[in-house]
Amino acid sequence: MSLVSTTEHTRLLLRRGLRIDGLFHGLSAAAAVLVLLVVFGVLAALLLGALPALQRFGFGFLISDAWNPVTDDFGALVAVFGTLVTSAIALCIAVPISFGIALFITQLAPAWLKQPVATAVELLAAIPSIIYGMWGLFVFAPRFAGHVQPWITDHLGQWPLLGPLFQGPPMGIGMFTAGLILAIMVIPFIAAVMRDVFDIVPAVLKESAYGLGATTWEVVWQVVLPYTRSAVIGGVMLGLGRALGETMAVTFVIGNAQRLDASLFMPGSTIASTLANEFTEATGELHTASLIALGLILFLITFVVLALARLMLLRLASRQGTVG
Amino acid sequence: MCKQIAKRVLLGVAGLSLAVAGFTQAAQVTEISGAGATFPYPVYAKWAEAYAAKTGVKMNYQSIGSGGGIKQIKAKTVDFGASDAPLKPAELDKAGLMQFPMVMGGVVPVVNVPGVQPGNLKLSGAVLAEIFLGEIKQWDDPRIGTLNPGVKLPHSAITVVHRADGSGTTWIFTNYLSKVSRGWSSKVGNNKSVAWPVGVGGKGNEGVASYVGRIKGAIGYVEYAYALQNHMSYAQLRNQAGQFVSPTSATFQAAAANADWGHAPGFYMVLTDQPGEQSWPITGATFILVYKTQAKPATGAAVLNFFDWAYHNGDGMAQQLDYVPMPASVVSLVEKTWSKEIHDADKHAVWSVNMAAR
Repeated sequence: MSLVSTTEHTRLLLRRGLRIDGLFHGLSAAAAVLVLLVVFGVLAALLLGALPALQRFGFGFLISDAWNPVTDDFGALVAVFGTLVTSAIALCIAVPISFGIALFITQLAPAWLKQPVATAVELLAAIPSIIYGMWGLFVFAPRFAGHVQPWITDHLGQWPLLGPLFQGPPMGIGMFTAGLILAIMVIPFIAAVMRDVFDIVPAVLKESAYGLGATTWEVVWQVVLPYTRSAVIGGVMLGLGRALGETMAVTFVIGNAQRLDASLFMPGSTIASTLANEFTEATGELHTASLIALGLILFLITFVVLALARLMLLRLASRQGTVG
Repeated sequence: MCKQIAKRVLLGVAGLSLAVAGFTQAAQVTEISGAGATFPYPVYAKWAEAYAAKTGVKMNYQSIGSGGGIKQIKAKTVDFGASDAPLKPAELDKAGLMQFPMVMGGVVPVVNVPGVQPGNLKLSGAVLAEIFLGEIKQWDDPRIGTLNPGVKLPHSAITVVHRADGSGTTWIFTNYLSKVSRGWSSKVGNNKSVAWPVGVGGKGNEGVASYVGRIKGAIGYVEYAYALQNHMSYAQLRNQAGQFVSPTSATFQAAAANADWGHAPGFYMVLTDQPGEQSWPITGATFILVYKTQAKPATGAAVLNFFDWAYHNGDGMAQQLDYVPMPASVVSLVEKTWSKEIHDADKHAVWSVNMAAR
């Protein structure tokens, strides 16, 4: 009798446990699905909002450099160009510096110095972007315009091919300044990823290389970097994702002109800065729709970049299993 | 007979109770809300504070930009909208809105020309347009020189600075340039943001001001109050009467006084390039938008009471903040229009001078 009731009791407990488990399962699945729904909801809202512009301009929206609220003629080329160029400048500056930082922290620095340097770099990421913008406009730009820019224009401005990149009056603001500020902002992200992945290189591999008489440089270049290559690229992509979408700091220093210009010293605009500048006062339907279409383009660019970054990081994780 | 009297008494009681209900409803409105232009925000906020202290009615204003204000009043999420650029009468009729001017300001060309004393540079509208079109590239261009005999202009490049964000200031400025220059109206036109042929864009008045201050040879345009408070070097302008005038309270009021408000349907009046010897040519009013048919008449009356109070008691506060109050003639015209055009669903006027809470 008592035996039967105990079994019955256990079965009841089990059933209840299963029910709670099922509920928990359902809740966490709902949370995950919610995120997906939000992403697709954003995409759908952007598509819907951009529809008038896409219908009016079609594919030509992507290749038109017009941006004229008076005649209702809009194109994305200037903003997309500015977004890509400033991000490219940012990466050209940030990647080598981040590489140096990560290398120093993981391979070269004495133990007592590692943590302070790492923390200092991470603190850079904690500074709000508007502070970078203000620093760029009030501190960097005047000094750059006064001392550096004239020299660059005089010396590099006359070069064939590269010359046109560095011409124009010394204003201190423009595409180059925006790229430089972005570089400082993405360094902590790229450096942090690089440091983490350099750290997971198995000591056995490095020590074997050292044992064979390799120098530090050779170990880094031929063992650490090949082992972590895809993760490093993934980290760079993460930085790129941030640079593409950065708004306030860029708006401060890029000069906000809707014009294509070969010179990096001339003002331009990015997708994010155009949105920040014009959204509040855009009354025309087509103007608003064109701004939303710009947002859609930025969403797609960032989505692709971040998806690639994830993919690269995943590849490293799976490789780590086989080698480690 | 008895029945009839009873009926009348009943009706009378019903009417009285309705009136009491209406009265209590009016008394209950303690908060009104508005959204729109950023330019008049400081003075609206100051008025709201003083008005709340006096009457207990709070005015909640979101300065989200004229475009946002127009969108919100059309979506009926606020009791009134505010816009720096007037809406065309056709657009007002389509939305069932009425607009009226609330306070004035002006746009001032500010310059950074080495060697030229503040306020000494003289420009005409046509020359200003040619500078902003990029057709005049140097400060020592003879077209500027002939307007400035005796002033030694440097041989340095002109850098044009404009607003990067869509703005009522830009609307007024480009409206003026379109009126005085055929080249400007055909190539660029008049809007809150335009396709600038040359120059760099700063965000907000402060962005333009800091670029002009930073870049040698720069010229830009900012709100009068902003130029005044930051002691910026401005240029004189030649007005329609051919006189060179400096931007002051008096020259803005002259422009408003000379404007023919009585013949401006829907108060669609842009104060740029107005006649008069003393008129500053780039003056503009900022406007309030309300529905002609008020679904909630008590709220509508509370809104109009607030603005009536501001018209009659707010001049000093406006002047302290370097805004220019509307002339009294315009105010009485506006208030006449209120009692004529703003009504509830049954076509009863929601506001009259007698109920003003001055």
